[in-house]
Amino acid sequence: MPLAMMRAPRRLLHPCRSWAMPALAVALWLTPAGGAGAETVLVSNEKGNSITVLDGESLKVLRTVPVGQRPRGIVLSKDKKTLYICASDDDEIETLDLEKFTLGPPLPSGPDPETFALHPDGRHLYVANEGSSLVSIVDIAARRISGEIPVGVEPEGMGISPDGKWIVNTSETTSMAHFIDNDTRKVVANVLVDSRPRRAEWTADGQQVWVSSEIGGTVSVIDPPSHKIVHKIAFAVSGVPQEAIQAVGVALTKDRKLGFVALGPANRVAVVDAQTYEVKKYLLVGQRVWNLAFNSDESRLYTTNGISNDVSVIDVPNLRVVKSVTVGNQPWGVVVRP
Amino acid sequence: MGRPIGRRSRRALLALSALAAVMAPALGSPRAAEQSPAAVQIGFIGQRVKREAPQPYLDPPPADEGVAGARLGIADDNTTGRFTGQQFVLAEALAPEGGDVAAAFRKLVGEGVRLVVTDLPEAPLLAVAALPEARGVTLFNTAAPDDDLRAEKCRANLLHTLPSRAMLADALLEYLLVKQWRNVFLVVGPTEGDRAYAAAVKRAIAKFGAKLVAEKPWTFQPGAKRSDSGHYSIAAEVANFTQGVSYDVLVVADEDDQFGDYMSYATYAPRPVAGTAGLVATAWARPHEEWGATQLQDRFRQAAKRWMTARDYAAWLAVRAVGEAAARAQSVEPEKLVAFMRSEQFQLGGYKGTPLSFRPWDGQMRQAILLADTRALVSVSPPPGRFLHQFSELDTLGMDRPESKCRLQ
Repeated sequence: MPLAMMRAPRRLLHPCRSWAMPALAVALWLTPAGGAGAETVLVSNEKGNSITVLDGESLKVLRTVPVGQRPRGIVLSKDKKTLYICASDDDEIETLDLEKFTLGPPLPSGPDPETFALHPDGRHLYVANEGSSLVSIVDIAARRISGEIPVGVEPEGMGISPDGKWIVNTSETTSMAHFIDNDTRKVVANVLVDSRPRRAEWTADGQQVWVSSEIGGTVSVIDPPSHKIVHKIAFAVSGVPQEAIQAVGVALTKDRKLGFVALGPANRVAVVDAQTYEVKKYLLVGQRVWNLAFNSDESRLYTTNGISNDVSVIDVPNLRVVKSVTVGNQPWGVVVRP
Repeated sequence: MGRPIGRRSRRALLALSALAAVMAPALGSPRAAEQSPAAVQIGFIGQRVKREAPQPYLDPPPADEGVAGARLGIADDNTTGRFTGQQFVLAEALAPEGGDVAAAFRKLVGEGVRLVVTDLPEAPLLAVAALPEARGVTLFNTAAPDDDLRAEKCRANLLHTLPSRAMLADALLEYLLVKQWRNVFLVVGPTEGDRAYAAAVKRAIAKFGAKLVAEKPWTFQPGAKRSDSGHYSIAAEVANFTQGVSYDVLVVADEDDQFGDYMSYATYAPRPVAGTAGLVATAWARPHEEWGATQLQDRFRQAAKRWMTARDYAAWLAVRAVGEAAARAQSVEPEKLVAFMRSEQFQLGGYKGTPLSFRPWDGQMRQAILLADTRALVSVSPPPGRFLHQFSELDTLGMDRPESKCRLQ
C-alpha cells in the first residue's frame, strides 16, 4: 500500500477532535464534585486515542476525552490550565483546555513527536522527534518551532534541569544521553548508557540525572558536571526472566530519598533507596508498566500499565499497591493536576 | 513518503551542519574534535541471481534486497557516529550473474576492508571464506540459512545474523506445542532448500516431542494456475493430497513460494497451514510493530520505498552490530570490533524486546523469531517461560552449545 494512503486516514479522523464538547458535559465539569482542592489524574491512551481523567480522591473516571492519533507524552502547562499532548501519528502537539475539556489549536511538533518536556520558563517545549533524530524546540506563544538540535537515532526521553540550563535527551538506538546547553542549543556531551535508553529524570536539586535503559534493564545515575555515570542500578526479580526486566519510567521524590523505576514486562515497580541505590522492594502492578507520576504531596504514585489497560495506585509511605483503575486502550503517559 | 521537498533539504542541511558542528563533543577522545572522524569501512558483497518469481505475483523479489538493509544500517551508524567521532562507509561490490565473486572480494580486501557483509548462498560464501585473502577478515552471513554452515562447515571468520533453518523450525515447533498442535503433516517442495527446511522441521519435531504423522513430496505443477478458473485444479489437487491423513497442522517446506500459498483453505480437513506459507517463522515481517519496530519499519520504508524483508533485516543487523561495537569499544579497529562483538558484553537492540548477541560456539546471532502471516503478528518465539533454558531462552532456538557440531577453525 502506498505510504501516502496509509497516512491519509489520520486527517479524516480529525472531526472527532471536537472543538465544542456537548454542553451538558461542560456544565457537569464546571461544578466539580470534589471541591476546590481535588486533584485530577490525566492519562494518555496510546491506542485509545483519548485522555482519561480520574478524580484524585475517589479514583473514579470523570471523563474520557477523544484526542488525536497515538497520544503518548503529556505535560501540564506552567499555569496547570492546559495539557500538552504529543499526538505522535498526527505530527502535532495538541492543547487540551483543562477547564472546558476542549481541544484548542494544535502546536507544531516536528515529525513523530513521542515525548517532550516543558522548560521551567513555561514558554518552550522540547520535543523528541522519534522518526527523524531531532529535538525540536517549540515556542508556545509564537506557535512555531524555534530551533532543532540533531541527536542520535530514535530520540525518546527529555529531561530539563530544574534551573533550565541543561536539556538531556536519550536516543534509543544510539544508546546515549545527550546533554544540550540551553543557551547555545548545542550538544556538549554524550554519555553512553545501556541499550535502548528511555527516561531522563533529574533529581529536584539538579545534582543527578537518572537514565533508564529498556533493553539493558538498568538505570544509569549520571553526575551532570562531569557527565560520568556514578552508579548503575541493576534489578532482579525472583521468578522473572532477566530479559523481561526492562527499565522504563522513573520517578524520584523531591527529598531524593526514594526512586521508583517501572520495569515494563516484569510488571513490577522497583523501589530504590536514592542515597544508597539499593533496591528495597518490588511492587507488583499491572502488565507492561510504562510511566510513573506522583501526586502533589508525593503520598501516591500512579503507574500506566500498557497491556492491562489500567493505572495502578501506589501508597508511597507504606510502599503498597492499593488499587488499580481501568482506563483507556494502552495507557502510556500520566500526569497529576493539583 | 509524501514529505515536502523543503523539509527534506532542510534535513540534509541539518545533517551537514551536524557533521561539521557535532564532532566537537566526541565521546572519550578529544582528538576527534580537531581531526576528521575515524572511519570504519564495511564491505557488502552480493551476486545477482535469477530468482524464481513466487507463484502469487504480489511480492516479486526486490532487486535491492539485502543491500537496502545494509545502507540503512550505515545511516543509523553514522547518526550515532556524529557523537562518537566515528564514520561508517559501505563499500558495495555486486558481482553479476555467473560473475567472479572471489575477484570482487579480493578487490574489497585490497582496498583495506576487513569487515564484509555477504549476501551470498552457501557455496560461494564458503568459497570466499576459504580464500587466503579472507584471513583476518570477518564475514557476516546475511543470506544463507543453511544449518551445516553453523555446524560441520562452520568457520572461525564467519558470523551469522540471518537465523538458521533450525532456529526457524524450532520457533515454529515451540508455537505448535503451545497450541497443542502436535501432529504434523509435512509437505516438501522440489528444491534442495525445501528438503533442507523439511529436515530442520523433522529435527525440531523430534526435539520438542511432537509427531510427524505424514510426509509427502509436492510434485504437482499448477501450469494453468493463472488462467481463468485455474484455481479449480489446484484446489482439487490439494484436497486429494491431504485426504486420508489425521493431523493437526500442515507444515509446508517451499522456500521459493511456488505452491505453499495455495494450501490454505483447500485442504481436505479444515487445518491450518504453517512453515514457509500461512503462519511463517521469520526474522522480520511486515506486521511487526512491537518493541519500537514501527520506527525501523518507517525508516526503512522511507529509504527503500518498500517493506523490509528478513534478508534486509539481517544485513541491517550486521552493519548495526559493527556500529554498536565501535561506539561501545570506542574504536574503529576491525580486530577490536570483532573481539567486542564476540564478547559477553555485546548487546544489540534489534526491536525484538530482548538484546541480541552472538553465540560463541558457532557465530550465530541469538534472536527471537516472529510467527506471522502477511497481515498479523501471531506470536514470537521463544514464548516467555514456556521453554526453559539454563542460560538464555533464546538458546532454545537452533543449535545449542552441547549439541553443536561446530569446531571453529
